[in-house]
Amino acid sequence: MQLTGAQMICESLLREGVTVIFGLPGGAILPFYQTLPEYPDLQHILVRHEQNAGHAADGYARASGKVGVAVATSGPGATNLVTPLATAMMDSVPIVALTGQVPRAAIGRDAFQETDTTGVTAPITKHNYLVMDTADIPRVMKEAFHIARSGRPGPVLVDLPRDVLTERAEFDYPESVNLRSYKPTLEGHAQQIKRAAKLIRDARRPLIMAGHGVTISGAFAELKELAEKVQIPVITTLLGIGAFPGEHILSMGMPGMHGQAHNNWAIERSDLIVAVGMRFDDRVTGRLSAFAPNAQIIHIEVDPAEIGKNVGVAVPIVGDARRILHALAVEVEPATHADWLKEIDVLREEHPFVMPESDRLLPQYVIRELCEATDGRAIVVTGVGQHQMWAAQHYVFKEHNSWITSGGLGTMGFEVPAAMGAAFAQPERTVWSIAGDGGFQMTFSELATIAEHNVPVKFAIINNNSLGLVRQLQDLFYDRNRVAVEYSGNPDFVKLAEAYGIWAVRVTDKAAVRTAIDEAAAVDGPAIIDFRVEREENVYPHVPAGGSVFEMLEGPTPPVPSVPSVPPTSDEAHAWRK
Amino acid sequence: MAQVETHTITALVQDRPGVLARIAGMFSRRGFNISNLAVGHSETPGLSRMTFVAEGDEWVVEQVMKQLYKLIDVVQVYDITAENIVLRELALLKVRSNAESRPEIMQLVDIFRANIVDVAKDALVIEVTGDEEKVDALIQLLQPFGLREVMRTGRIAMSRGPATTGPRKGVKPTIDHSAPDTEVVP
Repeated sequence: MQLTGAQMICESLLREGVTVIFGLPGGAILPFYQTLPEYPDLQHILVRHEQNAGHAADGYARASGKVGVAVATSGPGATNLVTPLATAMMDSVPIVALTGQVPRAAIGRDAFQETDTTGVTAPITKHNYLVMDTADIPRVMKEAFHIARSGRPGPVLVDLPRDVLTERAEFDYPESVNLRSYKPTLEGHAQQIKRAAKLIRDARRPLIMAGHGVTISGAFAELKELAEKVQIPVITTLLGIGAFPGEHILSMGMPGMHGQAHNNWAIERSDLIVAVGMRFDDRVTGRLSAFAPNAQIIHIEVDPAEIGKNVGVAVPIVGDARRILHALAVEVEPATHADWLKEIDVLREEHPFVMPESDRLLPQYVIRELCEATDGRAIVVTGVGQHQMWAAQHYVFKEHNSWITSGGLGTMGFEVPAAMGAAFAQPERTVWSIAGDGGFQMTFSELATIAEHNVPVKFAIINNNSLGLVRQLQDLFYDRNRVAVEYSGNPDFVKLAEAYGIWAVRVTDKAAVRTAIDEAAAVDGPAIIDFRVEREENVYPHVPAGGSVFEMLEGPTPPVPSVPSVPPTSDEAHAWRK
Repeated sequence: MAQVETHTITALVQDRPGVLARIAGMFSRRGFNISNLAVGHSETPGLSRMTFVAEGDEWVVEQVMKQLYKLIDVVQVYDITAENIVLRELALLKVRSNAESRPEIMQLVDIFRANIVDVAKDALVIEVTGDEEKVDALIQLLQPFGLREVMRTGRIAMSRGPATTGPRKGVKPTIDHSAPDTEVVP
């Protein structure tokens, strides 16, 4: 069958099971857009900024487990995809990005809207292609989707010169992929699994640290089986939240910089860490030399390059988390670890994670109410900053694939387009975007798209009129020298919503929180709640960057004054340290 | 100067546009120090073989190899430092010469089993192969005559004996965590 390159792209997308794509057209990618009407099964969502197309594809992928697709034109269209591609790369999210490119003959001549897109995106994609022959499109598309979703997933970009899209060639979509240089290991090595089981048998203070890999491989049942059989407490990393039921008796919460304090102390005491689908990020480990000083580490990970990158590993097991956890659960002997679990209970008592009490509207309270109102079953999408950490700490998830956050790259503004993408992926589920007033203003142009399609995303803006986490860093570690963190000119978010025709309400009072949440939930379509929260609230615990558990600030001592009247001295700032 | 630990790494890569840029980019953004890089076609059509000399301790070199292997175009990676290997590089050296100095230069060329590949009235082009030390030594000896241009290929390496690095047989790839006792499928 002879098809144009543009038709081949559409045919390929359909064959890969794509139904929704997010994009914004331009000259170089136009042949693709002109072909779209021939393919009504491909729903194209026209965004307001290419960055948002990328994040929407990301949110779509994380909420559905399928590959998200973003489309942009050459030059600025493609460079606007840089942030979402880097975000997806860091968090192992399968995205295929299609970008237009200037015609082949113009490449390298600094043509209008020309950028070396494959060059620019090489370090932030799992792989990328510049297609120079229309006949290559079926193979390239097949490979792109395969690479994006297999092994350790990640973004793949396909750059398409305009004349490659218009030329005709024979379309024969390959049944399978044959890449001699890419065959991810999935089955864990039996010998290593035996060695791991032996270490687990001999351990007295074992911990499981579960990361995003558990969610990606769908290893929920296997993780639970292993944890319950050997009675090992489970710590979930920021992206591992939701990999293990938050209400389970063995669930510990989050480790690291803003994790619950008892987790960091438990890691300090542990003699064996079973790390699954996580990469010992610096936000988890703090200072490496002081991380888990008493523990041996079993590292289960699909990407061999992550093993031994940051911490020394006693037993590496390369492969798919689900298969390995299953094999390991079969191999291990049941155990109780009663003493260790008691020790952890004592740690919990000594380092309690308490909800601060206040008559004022605290952001943590908003998250707790949101969790209660949604019964812990909403899809929660966040931006980056204090609100993200509070959401991670206070929203207790009952369902998997429900926590969507930019962990590795820490991309502010992710919360708006990613929530939109998640809502397209899971129209039956409630999607709450917990947003910061800073991040929200980076990408709220997508409210137009959300309104157009009446996407039922509910926004909870945790509005403290500042870049709160940066302000917190300045307060704790820079003697309260507040620079460039106050947002004194925020728009009236309720009026802003009105401009888009979106339902909105402002909440300044604790008593009004639940009513507002319930009202927003009842709206048939998007809704925005502007929570004017306590501005001086900080996220605790806080392990200083590069610090260890011993430098962890577990809470404000003395309590934070509502508005600091006198600039504090350096001594006072340091008196907060425990 | 303290001796820098170096490893000789060879990689079999897909012969595709941009593969060298990908590899060079990965080295630079991860802060790996590569003192030498040579590329050429391999015995298998569609595959190129690269030789790198990576500076750093075992941890660094392990990361270099794993990150290489992670690139989609890289088929196999070998650390052949510990193997019994032949190391060679080729250099072309342009030296000022005149009737007076020529015999002395030719003597050096003989001693180093190098070749003179071009002669002009006031210059010679010398071709020399060998390990880096040998090339360095000849360059040093030619300096006083007036070394006008130096062109070096960089190190290439091959294991001695019948074993080969390649997709089908022989030397085991170094990258393999899951199956230390079996050969990895690339």
